[in-house]
Amino acid sequence: MFSNPTFMFIQVMNSFALGMNLFIIAAGLTLIFGVLRVVNFAHGAFYMVGAYVLMTTTNLIGNTTTGFFVGVAAAALVMGVVAFFIERFLLSHLYDKEHLLQLLFTFALVLIFKDAVKMIWGPLQHSISYPPAFKGAVNLRISYYPAYMLFLSVVGPVLAIGLWLALEKTRWGRLIRAARLDREMLNALGTDVKLVFSAVFVFGSMLAAMGGALAAPRIAVDPGMDGLIIIDCFIIVIIGGLGSLWGSFVGALILSSLTVFGTLIFNEWEIVLVYIMMLAVLLIRPWGLFGHADEERH
Amino acid sequence: MDLLEVKDLHVSYGLSKILHGVSLSVKPGELVSLIGRNGVGKSTTMRGIMGLTAPKSGSILWKGQEILGRKPHVNAKDGIGFVPEDRRIFSGLSVAENLDVARLPVREGREAWDEERVFSFFPDLKRFEDRKGGLLSGGQQQMLTLGRTLMGNPELLLLDEPSEGLAPLIVADIAEKIRELKAAGLSIILAEQNLDFVLSLSDRCYVLEKGAVVYSGTAQELSDNHEVQDKYLHI
Ligand SMILES: Nc1ncnc2c1ncn2[C@@H]1O[C@H](COP(=O)(O)OP(=O)(O)OP(=O)(O)O)[C@@H](O)[C@H]1O
Ligand SMILES: [Mg+2]
Repeated sequence: MFSNPTFMFIQVMNSFALGMNLFIIAAGLTLIFGVLRVVNFAHGAFYMVGAYVLMTTTNLIGNTTTGFFVGVAAAALVMGVVAFFIERFLLSHLYDKEHLLQLLFTFALVLIFKDAVKMIWGPLQHSISYPPAFKGAVNLRISYYPAYMLFLSVVGPVLAIGLWLALEKTRWGRLIRAARLDREMLNALGTDVKLVFSAVFVFGSMLAAMGGALAAPRIAVDPGMDGLIIIDCFIIVIIGGLGSLWGSFVGALILSSLTVFGTLIFNEWEIVLVYIMMLAVLLIRPWGLFGHADEERH
Repeated sequence: MDLLEVKDLHVSYGLSKILHGVSLSVKPGELVSLIGRNGVGKSTTMRGIMGLTAPKSGSILWKGQEILGRKPHVNAKDGIGFVPEDRRIFSGLSVAENLDVARLPVREGREAWDEERVFSFFPDLKRFEDRKGGLLSGGQQQMLTLGRTLMGNPELLLLDEPSEGLAPLIVADIAEKIRELKAAGLSIILAEQNLDFVLSLSDRCYVLEKGAVVYSGTAQELSDNHEVQDKYLHI
């Protein structure tokens, strides 16, 4: 099967599309950690909320392509609003406290969101159809390839470049980078750092929900979907380096490739490959491929 | 009226009391120095004024208004500029970006600071506009940290040990810049251990010892008072 070029082509394409979906989610986690220094266990739960909001939206306005995109936007928006209140009224009181307390808090969010999702949408599994415009397959010469996966493969890099440009070339991006390096100094120079924290948490959470909405047609939507994704996200940021945008991009591609190709070789034991990879990175560069030993000052 | 009047300031880090009732004042256009050996509380006084370390008690009047307990960014926007002793350049940001993140609107009746003005004030920085702040030399970093705070268009500068760790030639350079800023009407509180540096720049001096002011007088008076110098300043 590895000697079949068409088959291999599809596997490579799948790795990329899956990687891009993962990247969107992990980018949010890494961005939040980079600035707030909070590891948000509830990031997977936010992803789950995104998928459910998309489902509700397409149920309401119909399973059209427009309905789908409205659903993705609604997912990001709803999660953004919820994240705003979580940060403003709860999380922001924990920044000066020990890290353990923050971890406990985000873990509590996981449990709360799981139950809330069950209460609102029920415990059953749902499947969501592809948006009509991306239902079929596209002729890529070498083979036909699912249009929706191709769509993910475009969205990911576009978002990565957009995020990178925003961080490098806009004033908000510069403030975010400065806040990562020395939040107290930035505060003394006249920036309300709390506002930066709030914005980053909201935006990072919106990425999780958007990633969940975009994943919804490819996966089963159920109240357990947050667990797998948060593990994937942690693997990605451990490989790529927590806090690094391109680290999460490359980490996501490594994880998806190992998953896709590992499954071919080892069936369900592909996870062993992933752990070996993670171990190798931790031994050689404990701060991840793109991370810095310790770039934070205070 | 005093621009800044600090009365009986008490500051602690956790359980350790550092300042035991510091009082000082700055008039518009004045350069006032805090001088004293290592660890007497010069930086802590500045952090207290800026709001970086919340004082336990006391009073800080800024243009007659009580600002004790105000957040640092509010004080910065209100015209108090903080230049930290260890410079605290954003190492991963370029020189130009370091300046940009510190930009604040100008108050009326003053000439605004922008990148161009900082670069003409510190011509050496211009060449390194695109270089990462972390790659600059100590002297360049001192210029950048000063220029960065100026981007906020302060009326009062809290300048913490600008001469620390710099070669004598660069110290002289920095002293000249401080003189120019004072001549342009900026009020300055300068924290220093370097007595010659202080005496050449200051209008008045406060000598600190163990978190309290033990002497205050004009630069000339301190210069003549060898008893105080021997007791509190010489090593
Ligand atoms: N973050 C902190 N936590 C606890 N103690 C501190 C902290 N910062 C400073 N101190 C202590 O407070 C005292 C005063 O320190 P401060 O930095 O204000 O002195 P300084 O006069 O600026 O000294 P230097 O000339 O070394 O800069 C010192 O004994 C110091 O050890
Ligand atoms: Mg000091």
